Amino acid sequence: MSVLTSARPQVVAIEASEGYWRSVLRRFLKDKVAVAAAIVVLAIVLAALFAHWIAPMDPYAGRTFRRLRPIGTEGFPLGTDELGRDMLSRLIVGARMSLLMGVTPVLIAFGIGSVLGIAAGFIGGWFNTAVMRTVDVFYAFPSVLLAVALSGALGAGLGNAMLSLTIVFIPPIVRVAEAVTTQVRARDYVEAARASGASALTIVRVHVLGNVLGPIFVYATSLISVSMILASGLSFLGLGVRPPEPEWGLMLNTLRTAIYVQPWVAALPGLCIFVTSIAFNMFSDGLRSAMDVKA
Amino acid sequence: MTSPATPLISVTGLARHFAVRRDLLGRPIAVVRAVDGVDFTVRKGETLGIVGESGCGKSTTARLMLKLIEPDAGEIVFDGAEVGGRDLPLKEFRRQAQIVFQDSYASLNPRLTIEASIAFGPQVHGLPARQAVERARALLARVGLEPARFAGRYPHELSGGQRQRVNIARALAFEPRLLVLDEAVSALDKSIEAQVLNLLVDLKEEFGLTYVFISHDLNVVRFMSDRVMVMYLGKVAEIGPADAVFATPRHPYAGALLRSMPSMDPDNRTEEAPISGDPPSPINPPPGCRFHTRCSLAEPVCAQRAPVLGGGDHGVACLMHEAGSGHSRAVGAAA
Repeated sequence: MSVLTSARPQVVAIEASEGYWRSVLRRFLKDKVAVAAAIVVLAIVLAALFAHWIAPMDPYAGRTFRRLRPIGTEGFPLGTDELGRDMLSRLIVGARMSLLMGVTPVLIAFGIGSVLGIAAGFIGGWFNTAVMRTVDVFYAFPSVLLAVALSGALGAGLGNAMLSLTIVFIPPIVRVAEAVTTQVRARDYVEAARASGASALTIVRVHVLGNVLGPIFVYATSLISVSMILASGLSFLGLGVRPPEPEWGLMLNTLRTAIYVQPWVAALPGLCIFVTSIAFNMFSDGLRSAMDVKA
Repeated sequence: MTSPATPLISVTGLARHFAVRRDLLGRPIAVVRAVDGVDFTVRKGETLGIVGESGCGKSTTARLMLKLIEPDAGEIVFDGAEVGGRDLPLKEFRRQAQIVFQDSYASLNPRLTIEASIAFGPQVHGLPARQAVERARALLARVGLEPARFAGRYPHELSGGQRQRVNIARALAFEPRLLVLDEAVSALDKSIEAQVLNLLVDLKEEFGLTYVFISHDLNVVRFMSDRVMVMYLGKVAEIGPADAVFATPRHPYAGALLRSMPSMDPDNRTEEAPISGDPPSPINPPPGCRFHTRCSLAEPVCAQRAPVLGGGDHGVACLMHEAGSGHSRAVGAAA
């Protein structure tokens, strides 16, 4: 190996190539729709984080004499709800609970589901069969039904609602993780890594994770909107957040009786859920195309 | 190190069957006999070319001999030591025997810089990261890619020829003794292919390598190989010195394969297709000699009796070369 040993350590400036994440950012910024969605998501997250500073009024304080005022009432730009509480303040503060219930279950499910799915995909064989068939059992139930049934069985409450949502989201994430990992495992560079004599753990760390986490994460992002809608549904059924805590799903529920009196005010929480989930979906969609290397 | 006469790698009875369909209990119903009893040796410092049609088991043989696929049967001895045995642990064998694949893009992790891809191997075998990167840069320079320009790039920023150079450097970073080139130049443009072939010839000399060169391109195999092995449907049909095999093929299949090479001589045109049709399915290979369904010299005995590879240095598996096999053209047959 004369060439190798005689080669002096070269102190040359290595021409920096655009890193992977920088190129993702560049492609993402080109996508106008995705950028707009990202701005909306950011605004909602900021509003939720600083809700108590932004909210113009106390979201819990109601007055019976100013119930169900229409949109544009002086002092109450988005009207008031059935107990006379300021809708704008409640919607801003409600974003906290809705986001929390939308994001937390997905994050936890992303962690657990990725580990299971990557292990199943990489190990293969009977382990794969065992994991995937177990996951299939959960697929027998529609996700709404599963969430409601689990929540009902566990009992009402914020923690139980999030736990049941987590259980609902693990199977789809396992499936995606398994599919992507199986695909990556068959690539020649993984075969080359096996031919290098590296241990399975090293191969997963260096060659598999970087190539599968991206797609799994993007898929998980798209579940946030589903999670928010399901969480709203659970609150609507009285299984999630409890009154008087503001949460969009719960607000939709309590305001439904007012649908003939103040339809626009009653529709506001629904509109918030709609806009937020659409924004998350478009954001994850843009992220997915930006992460496609060959583009 | 053992004597130079010891073969670098010697393979006996190598077999691998893939189940294509299974019944409810997971028992195989249909089995592809991808590689079915293959014996050969590769001598130190030589290039063994492996040729054959698509699906004849060339690539599977390569992966089996490197233990990338676990063989169903067979023994692999590397420089006198059993692979995976006490004298040669699998990890050390992996360092000494490397492979370059056909698809240069799929062979490189898209998320790693090429420098990191090359440095990965030596690090697995305990070289500190810094030295591994130095080695990667030295090798990049050696395969003709200026480290200052290329080391930090990602695979998709390179051309096919450049990527295959990177893959060669990646394999060489292990300081291997055996390099398996599985259709390594087949996907490249002709002009690039020639450059890479010349590079391979130079590297072999410089690093004292032994090659197993798999290709469907007979001209390229002839250029590269000292010895040639012709495979048909998972078995070795003929193996021998390249000059002898190309000048006087002994197996009818090898002869037909060579006649299918386009000739540069206008007086020596290929008038008839020397071989036609697809090879039979390896799921249910024909009994007897596997080539008898397409062989112009086949006789009834060929469908009954399987030929055995024999004939010393220039070995052939054909009943016509087995004394007393019952084939009318057999050596020493009572005509």
